Amino acid sequence: MGNKFVVTSAPHIRSKESTKKIMWSVVFALLPAGIAGAYIFGFNSLYVIAASITAAIITEALLQKLTKRPISISDGSAVITGLLLAYNLPPGVPIWMVVIGAFFSIAIAKQTFGGLGKNIFNPALAGRAFLMISWPMYMTKWSNPRFWPDTISSATPLAKIVHSPQSTVHSFSYWDLFIGNRGGCIGEVCVLAILAGAAFLLYKGYIKWHTPITYIFTVGVLTWAFGGKGFLQGDWIFAILAGGLMLGAFFMATDMVTTPLTAKGQLIFGLGCGILTFVIRKWGGYPEGVSYSILMMNAATPIIDRFSKPKVFGIKKKGV
Amino acid sequence: MSKTFFGGVHPPTHKAMADSKPIKSVTAPKKVILPLSQHIGKPSQPIVKPGDHVDMGTKIAQAAGFISANLHSPVNGTVKAIEEAAHPISGKCLSIIIESDGTGAERQYAPVPLDIDKLSPEAIIQAISEAGIVGMGGAAFPTHVKLSPPEDKKIDTLIINGSECEPYLSCDQRLMIEKPQDVVRGALIISKAVGAANCIIAIEDNKPDAIKVMRQADTRIVVLPTKYPQGAEKQLIKTVLNKDVPSGGLPFEVGVLVQNVATAVAVYEAVIFGKPLYERVVTIAGDCVKEPGNLLVKIGTPVSDLVSYCGGFINEPAKVIFGGPMMGIAQGNLDVPVLKGTSGILFLSKKALISEKEGICIRCGGCIRVCPMGLSPTNIYYAITKDKIDLANEYNASDCIECGACSFECPAKLDLTGMIKYAKLVNLRQNGK
Repeated sequence: MGNKFVVTSAPHIRSKESTKKIMWSVVFALLPAGIAGAYIFGFNSLYVIAASITAAIITEALLQKLTKRPISISDGSAVITGLLLAYNLPPGVPIWMVVIGAFFSIAIAKQTFGGLGKNIFNPALAGRAFLMISWPMYMTKWSNPRFWPDTISSATPLAKIVHSPQSTVHSFSYWDLFIGNRGGCIGEVCVLAILAGAAFLLYKGYIKWHTPITYIFTVGVLTWAFGGKGFLQGDWIFAILAGGLMLGAFFMATDMVTTPLTAKGQLIFGLGCGILTFVIRKWGGYPEGVSYSILMMNAATPIIDRFSKPKVFGIKKKGV
Repeated sequence: MSKTFFGGVHPPTHKAMADSKPIKSVTAPKKVILPLSQHIGKPSQPIVKPGDHVDMGTKIAQAAGFISANLHSPVNGTVKAIEEAAHPISGKCLSIIIESDGTGAERQYAPVPLDIDKLSPEAIIQAISEAGIVGMGGAAFPTHVKLSPPEDKKIDTLIINGSECEPYLSCDQRLMIEKPQDVVRGALIISKAVGAANCIIAIEDNKPDAIKVMRQADTRIVVLPTKYPQGAEKQLIKTVLNKDVPSGGLPFEVGVLVQNVATAVAVYEAVIFGKPLYERVVTIAGDCVKEPGNLLVKIGTPVSDLVSYCGGFINEPAKVIFGGPMMGIAQGNLDVPVLKGTSGILFLSKKALISEKEGICIRCGGCIRVCPMGLSPTNIYYAITKDKIDLANEYNASDCIECGACSFECPAKLDLTGMIKYAKLVNLRQNGK
């Protein structure tokens, strides 16, 4: 008989979710933090963001063309990498550095591993780490919010504590830290904007609470317990608001590709990130430890995955 | 019911197009195709030859061995041939072709007052075996075998599975609404056969009308949260009794027997009236047929006959599916016949199907969150793509129940279920089971 229909294996219906939809939702959720950054630090940060995204997209397309693979820039993943790299850079960073950083992120950290879904390290953070090692001077040159008087010396709140402990922590109010009235990287300063984007992703189910909440909680508790002059005297609110913790916890420690698959694994991941961040901040040479913590935990992800497999139905853990 | 099984998905149910329509009896077709293999186990042995006259209910093939089933003629007519014909599951199968003589007179069955105490378990199982009853939810495992568990396994609870969790399907729902007493009597007969002290009828909460009617029929009704695959045996037992059927084991390991609603009705009709399984209710649905509904169809009716009965197509179907959209089998043409295990036939247009290309796993973990067996489909998938069957087995590929939840959920549209089925097949061949 003539009738011919499509014959494929079940299931014959699929959910409406797609990789593209997830990626572009993350881009959308990142917008408030970028807009806030541009408002706080001025136009220059917009150039940084634009350069980073453009360089990331071009690098991805070029490499895919050179290696004769389908060009997949429309999936939005390169845009996310570009955005996140820019968000992790100081507003005054030279554009050539941004371009090199984005190239490194996509070419080395993502494509050499096989592209989307295969990379071990968060590409944006790898790019940032590369720039930090290569040009530390530019990476620690901070600008103040554009509406501050010129007389205030520029540094991030966390850097101020590490490098000049005498200055009082509370030269920043918690409210300043929350809305982003402080120095720092473009996308990390406005906690309010970050939380707005994160709330959207949590609502859509594109990120889970497990990693960010554990991460922030761990940093808070450790700082409260051991981060102050005496036991249980640390300023934990300052610790979770002042650095890149919020951006890192909600947007980079939740990157699907480079973090554990299961809820159990994600809790371990968040805990590990939290401990490492606290250790780096307290005893390390850098005032900030979020990027390196997440990168280190990225490396641990395959092991975490192996030890956090879900419980198989009908199989008893021990004995039998 | 607050407790439920782990994982699961919520596909759009699409039940409304057929579930409000009463069951309609379709007149016997001119020709029926009766594959000798409509069940799990050995194909039946034909006991008629071309030219023989048969009546509705005449046994035409008998069980070949313990795990097999009898087959009966659904029409009055003449055996035309015993030859290879289209089969909705295996592609081709030796089948008995019967041409109806057009008299179409239905055999009448006199109702007998049910006295369960007078029935012995042996007599019940014998009647079921004689009637050729198989699991009508789709698996088509011979029912008399399922009712004969190993001596040392005592069954204390029978669950009648009325969850009907597959989208589009509503044949069990209609049976519960229209023949609640038969469902209950069937359940009591099965309980008696296996000596089960408890009998539970489990229905998903998206069928309030069925729940209401069944409650009036006075039995223990358990309402289940609507979630796919609620009707899978292990998940059903977990939700209803909070018991875990061990990996690789069958429900009798935890003292439970699960039977589908339609099977219960068939058991009732077989035991009380001696009626063989030669017709069943089939849901015809999808966005392509003019008049979707639930039809009482003679086994062996070709799909094309049902299409014309339902008023033909209003949209061009892209897929024809035997069973539900999550686990059903896509057909290449309309020649295939309805089998004992065919609960529905769906005609879906391109619009109703999302057919995106397979992408790349972004490790979102969605498949793991929805897998009702607690597996990691993505890990099994990649193990198989790298030809590492052993690694796939380490990830418990063989525990997969092939429900399709992982593929449904996957944003990269990977054929996770298909790959795991493949791994199970390879295992089966290697172990020679």
